Amino acid sequence: MNEEKWTTVIKPKDKLLEVNLNELWKYKDLISLFIKRNIITQYKQTVLGPVWFVVQPAMTVIMYMIVFGGIAGIPTDGVPRPLFYLAGTCMWQYFAECLTKTSNTFVDNASIFGKVYFPRLAIPISNVVSNLVRFGIQLGLFLVVYAIYAFIGDSGAHFNWYALLFPVLVLMMAGLALGFGIIISSMTTKYRDLQVLFSFIVHLWMYATPIVYPLSQTKSMFWNGIQVHTLMCLNPVTPVIETFKYGFLGAGEFVGWRWLIYSFVFMLLLLAIGVVVFNKVQKSFMDTV
Amino acid sequence: MAIAIEFNNISKLYRLGLVSTGTLAHDLKRWWTINVRRQEDPYLKIGETNDRSIKGESEYVWALKDISFKVEQGDVVGIIGKNGAGKSTLLKLLSKVTAPTTGEIRAHGRIGSLLEVGTGFHPEMTGRENIYLNGAILGMTKPEITRKLDEIVDFSGCERYIDTPVKRYSSGMMVRLGFAVAAHLDPEILVVDEVLAVGDAEFQKKAIGKMQDVSQGEGRTVLFVSHNMTAVRNLCKTGLLLTNGTIEYSGEINRVINRYLDHQAERSQLPIAEIKGRKGNGSLHFTDIKFFNQGIERTVFSVGEECEIRIAFDSTDEMARCKSSRIDVGINSAIGDRVAWLSTYMFMDRVDGSCGEIRFKIPQLMLNQGVYNVNLYSEVDKEIADWVENVAQIEVNFQDFFGTGRKLPEDLSVTGGSFLSFTLI
Repeated sequence: MNEEKWTTVIKPKDKLLEVNLNELWKYKDLISLFIKRNIITQYKQTVLGPVWFVVQPAMTVIMYMIVFGGIAGIPTDGVPRPLFYLAGTCMWQYFAECLTKTSNTFVDNASIFGKVYFPRLAIPISNVVSNLVRFGIQLGLFLVVYAIYAFIGDSGAHFNWYALLFPVLVLMMAGLALGFGIIISSMTTKYRDLQVLFSFIVHLWMYATPIVYPLSQTKSMFWNGIQVHTLMCLNPVTPVIETFKYGFLGAGEFVGWRWLIYSFVFMLLLLAIGVVVFNKVQKSFMDTV
Repeated sequence: MAIAIEFNNISKLYRLGLVSTGTLAHDLKRWWTINVRRQEDPYLKIGETNDRSIKGESEYVWALKDISFKVEQGDVVGIIGKNGAGKSTLLKLLSKVTAPTTGEIRAHGRIGSLLEVGTGFHPEMTGRENIYLNGAILGMTKPEITRKLDEIVDFSGCERYIDTPVKRYSSGMMVRLGFAVAAHLDPEILVVDEVLAVGDAEFQKKAIGKMQDVSQGEGRTVLFVSHNMTAVRNLCKTGLLLTNGTIEYSGEINRVINRYLDHQAERSQLPIAEIKGRKGNGSLHFTDIKFFNQGIERTVFSVGEECEIRIAFDSTDEMARCKSSRIDVGINSAIGDRVAWLSTYMFMDRVDGSCGEIRFKIPQLMLNQGVYNVNLYSEVDKEIADWVENVAQIEVNFQDFFGTGRKLPEDLSVTGGSFLSFTLI
């Protein structure tokens, strides 16, 4: 019989780069239903419901204001502290949330994966999208606080054209979180130790990203002759968050297109590697999980 | 006829035991031999055949080894074999849950798998929402589900609860809903694993009916794994007997079933001590089972005769100290349906271990003519102590019980809930 006639061929291993994006597209309904499920089930049987999404960043910001603003006295680029911290926290929370959820893909869904086949990428993708709801609500909080400051009239924060990059910035955050997440999830199927290590890393990562301090502070610092500013920008999340803060608050200065493009390319590469690794693992992970 | 599925030299290797600190070392060794020294995978060679009752030397085991067969379009293939023979592994490979170690499976058309119904149900979501989610997980598109929604709801018989979160459902309703979705999947190839074992009798009938429709009316290919020989015989045209991960026999379903039953019969000729694959912690150990009529040992009885079962066993201190213990006898028809169950539990909470023997007396052996397999089971403090399947066989012969010379048709009167009255003596 002719090879082309078979519609399904199941082999031990696919070629390294054989990623079936077509198949993923066929399951787009499944992705949208997973997104719906994540959103519906997130605040079922809670009294405050989506309000929790607002309470959490609000508390975080208050804590930052006391610890980093008050006690440590770290400046915030001349922008009111609540706004400065809120901007960073919203963006970072989205990234961290997506990353943690995505990195647990295999472990959390082992029971479904063990019984039925569908493109496993549907799960991390739907996680990243459904988290946008939460991000949107937190962004709403940011805009409300922003409006209040604008109304009072002493904000020192102002929009500029870079704010138009916002959709691209969100896309980059999502792409980075997805890329890192699926690579980590592929590794944790076999070695659970990484899960523990990883939650710790995410925590530290936040401090390597200008969330609680402005990037401009690092301009005058040097480490072994290298500007700390450059080292900071090598962290692909930094340019994204800095651009966001600059566009919406006018805080500090623009990191430059060079770094933004670096982040973008980084994201694309990461996604490509992630998808390949994920694809390889998904075929036999049931035997190891 | 066209070939629907083709298995070419399919093998599947599993690593037994726990994945732990040893894993990294194994992985490194494997990586070193394959990629640096360019040799074969060191762990593939040492795989042994998969006999669950023998303790192997290797940590790796072939769950399936060199499976090759073809399934024609429209065939309903029953896959039978003992527990651990590789039946479920085979279905898992076909439904792409896990990949084979070697070989290739080629198939025509969409493969739908029913390894478990209701996969991905979320307790907080309503029945309707779950129909969509579950349908999509199984590979349906939204418009497809919308089109079949009424049919699915109708089939499940859960109309009233369709907008209630499924956490409020009874487990039976959950299964019905799950099966209803799966039954309307309409794949060209359907893979089914023992789903019929759940649900009430009415629903089982419905489920079997649906599967028959799918295979006969619509010309779809079905692969069906079950221990229920009646269901297999009714549904399937051809069969596959798996033993320790290899195909022992394939062909027309009745032959395959007979071959399987012969194995069980062979087994039941063995003295009890030589039977492998016993389960349990051994705090009670069966040593013998004998059948008597009026004090004379027999294995052949007539319908309605008196039958006494004597079971000898060794017990341990554990059993002497236990709070509860019991010994059960299960009587199965030749095709594996349970027809009667006798237990000390009906009379007492605890079996006195020191007596070493237990006797059941059945005043009238009301089993229709045929061959029956007997299982022994014991429990000490709610833990399985010894469990031996097909430990013996008894034969029941025709007897003009009704005094009219008429025989009860065998196929109508073996299955179903018969009830034997018995006493303990």
